[in-house]
Amino acid sequence: MSAHPDERDAPWLDPKAQPYVRIENVTKKFGEFVAVNDVSLNIYRGEIFCLLGGSGSGKTTLLRMLAGFEQPTSGRIFIDGVPMEGVPPYERPVNMMFQSYALFPHMTVEQNVAFGLKQEGLPRAEIEERVAEMLSIVKLNGLEKRKPHQLSGGQRQRVALARSLVKRPKLLLLDEPLGALDKKLREHTQFELVNIQERLGVTFIVVTHDQEEAMTLATRIGLMDQGRIVQVGTPYEIYEFPNSRFVAEFIGNVNMFEGRLVEDEPDHVTIDSHDLGGTLYVGHGVSAAPDALVWAAIRPEKMVLSREEPPGQHNKASGIITEIAYMGDISIYIVELDSGKRVRVTQPNTHRHADDRFSWDERVWVSWSDSAAVVVTE
Amino acid sequence: MNQRRSIFLLSALVFGFAFLYVPILSMIVFSFNESKLVTVWGGFSVKWYRALLSNERMLEAAWLSIRIAAVTATIAVVLGTMAAFALSRFGRFRLRALFAGMVTAPLVMPEVITGLSLLLLFVAFAPLPLFPDARGFSTITIAHTTLTMAYVTVVVQSRLSMLDESLEEAALDLGARPAKVFLVITLPLIAPALISGWLLAFTLSLDDLVIASFTAGPTTNTLPMMIFSTVRRGLTPEINALATIMVGIVTVFVVTAGVLMARQERKRELEMRAAWQAAAAAGPRQ
Ligand SMILES: Nc1ncnc2c1ncn2[C@@H]1O[C@H](COP(=O)(O)OP(=O)(O)OP(=O)(O)O)[C@@H](O)[C@H]1O
Ligand SMILES: [Mg+2]
Repeated sequence: MSAHPDERDAPWLDPKAQPYVRIENVTKKFGEFVAVNDVSLNIYRGEIFCLLGGSGSGKTTLLRMLAGFEQPTSGRIFIDGVPMEGVPPYERPVNMMFQSYALFPHMTVEQNVAFGLKQEGLPRAEIEERVAEMLSIVKLNGLEKRKPHQLSGGQRQRVALARSLVKRPKLLLLDEPLGALDKKLREHTQFELVNIQERLGVTFIVVTHDQEEAMTLATRIGLMDQGRIVQVGTPYEIYEFPNSRFVAEFIGNVNMFEGRLVEDEPDHVTIDSHDLGGTLYVGHGVSAAPDALVWAAIRPEKMVLSREEPPGQHNKASGIITEIAYMGDISIYIVELDSGKRVRVTQPNTHRHADDRFSWDERVWVSWSDSAAVVVTE
Repeated sequence: MNQRRSIFLLSALVFGFAFLYVPILSMIVFSFNESKLVTVWGGFSVKWYRALLSNERMLEAAWLSIRIAAVTATIAVVLGTMAAFALSRFGRFRLRALFAGMVTAPLVMPEVITGLSLLLLFVAFAPLPLFPDARGFSTITIAHTTLTMAYVTVVVQSRLSMLDESLEEAALDLGARPAKVFLVITLPLIAPALISGWLLAFTLSLDDLVIASFTAGPTTNTLPMMIFSTVRRGLTPEINALATIMVGIVTVFVVTAGVLMARQERKRELEMRAAWQAAAAAGPRQ
């Protein structure tokens, strides 16, 4: 998880801050098909903004409009205050790292990285110096003379990164930059990316469909679904305060209880849920019509397992443990409630000895606090 | 059963190859025949090759054919590449299907029709400026270009469709203008297709008889026309020698074109395999 938002500076909270990239009501249609649907976004200098979404949700299409390979069907894009209509890709202050890397197969690693600088007409000595510097940043020294097909997937990815960074763009677009890496290398490279970003002061827009990656990298996440941005926020906000079932279920694991509002006060609501076989008490107000259909989302780590029935009349249910997965630091329990609903509960393994751990087929109570649930209406 | 099948396969193979290559082989063998009688073996000799070298008219025709083939191949590569680009890079423009059909029509059009219609065109338009007023080198070259351009278009288009478009986009993104992108990225990557297209066009032009006969003037003789008219007056070992040389040239060209395309294919396979490995490495997520 990234830092709590208050610990970083948050230009998006400052009404006077000028966004570096401004996307205004951008729509992109391919024939009748709407790939990007009325997207508006402000992205600020120095951010790592993650576009997160399932396959086909329009992430690449949005990036391609920023890079200038596609023209919006309607809406406008400003970069550093300059409208981008009619500005071709080779004149935008933007570089892109492609999903497929798009390394030039007939050029060596060195020539690939030098390509962008050559187009600027820089003197040879400076090009060589900057290429060497960039190759050492991405740890590719010694591979300068290789062709792309002689490299591993991870090495190619780093060549692509070096090639797009060496021009020192103000804005770097990365399309699934870490897709081809194994888990270890991916985590390592994530830190590397953040390092490079902080060192060079570049603004990153990173496309990914890996939610863990987005949580690690992002200052903010824009979650996309079917061409629309469904929520924008810091990883903390997106995780703790999802604004819809889709967002809650997309990021991390969640237990979702469907029910109807029975009591609707400004400071709390109660929900009668057939999924739960009881009532939920939520310590925050909800803007929904009385008796409306709503969903309460509760994260597995915010639930507690116990053998005795907890006090109080809300926020609890009994059931039987049907599955246990021991993960080292935590254990995951799947509990089948008496209502038939299966819930996922994670508990930290604070004790080494297994004496008082729960076992298969044991009857237990699942409960949670008044502040654990988030109510969503769609 | 298996045995019988393999015998059947073997004889089919032998007959097939024999059918295709015995005539050519016998022609090659008899081109080294000492005797003047085409069908009687009189010992080994290269005298017909020597005779060929002193046959002025034959040499002149050969030189004309080679010049036509070279110019044809060059123009066909330029035009064919342009057509292939329009077809594979400009998306769905209006009348695209019609254009695609028209470009490749000469592939299936009977040569007699192509030749006849071109002849009519040249005769009708000869008085106009820019059109050649006498039939000969230029009319044959134009005719051959229309024919061979179709082949080049097909070869280049298939290469372009294999080429990852994001390579060109990456170059644009890195600040190269479209013309530069074409020169330093696209052209080097499709070069093998251009070369094999050129070789293909060259051989097609070199051995064309029908279209050349229609579009040549009364005094122009290409090599195939010359051979044809000579043979009608009777076979000579000299013609065998000439044909052997042509078989040699065509073989070299076609094999080179084939090797170029095969190598390109292999390279693509390597790239594909590398991509698969990368995908497999990324496979087990979380
Ligand atoms: N040139 C095009 N013509 C027609 N449809 C297109 C085109 N490009 C993209 N699309 C469609 O637009 C939708 C969004 O595509 P896009 O590539 O932006 O998805 P994505 O979010 O990047 O997905 P992934 O995670 O799989 O890369 C897809 O349904 C795709 O089929
Ligand atoms: Mg994509």
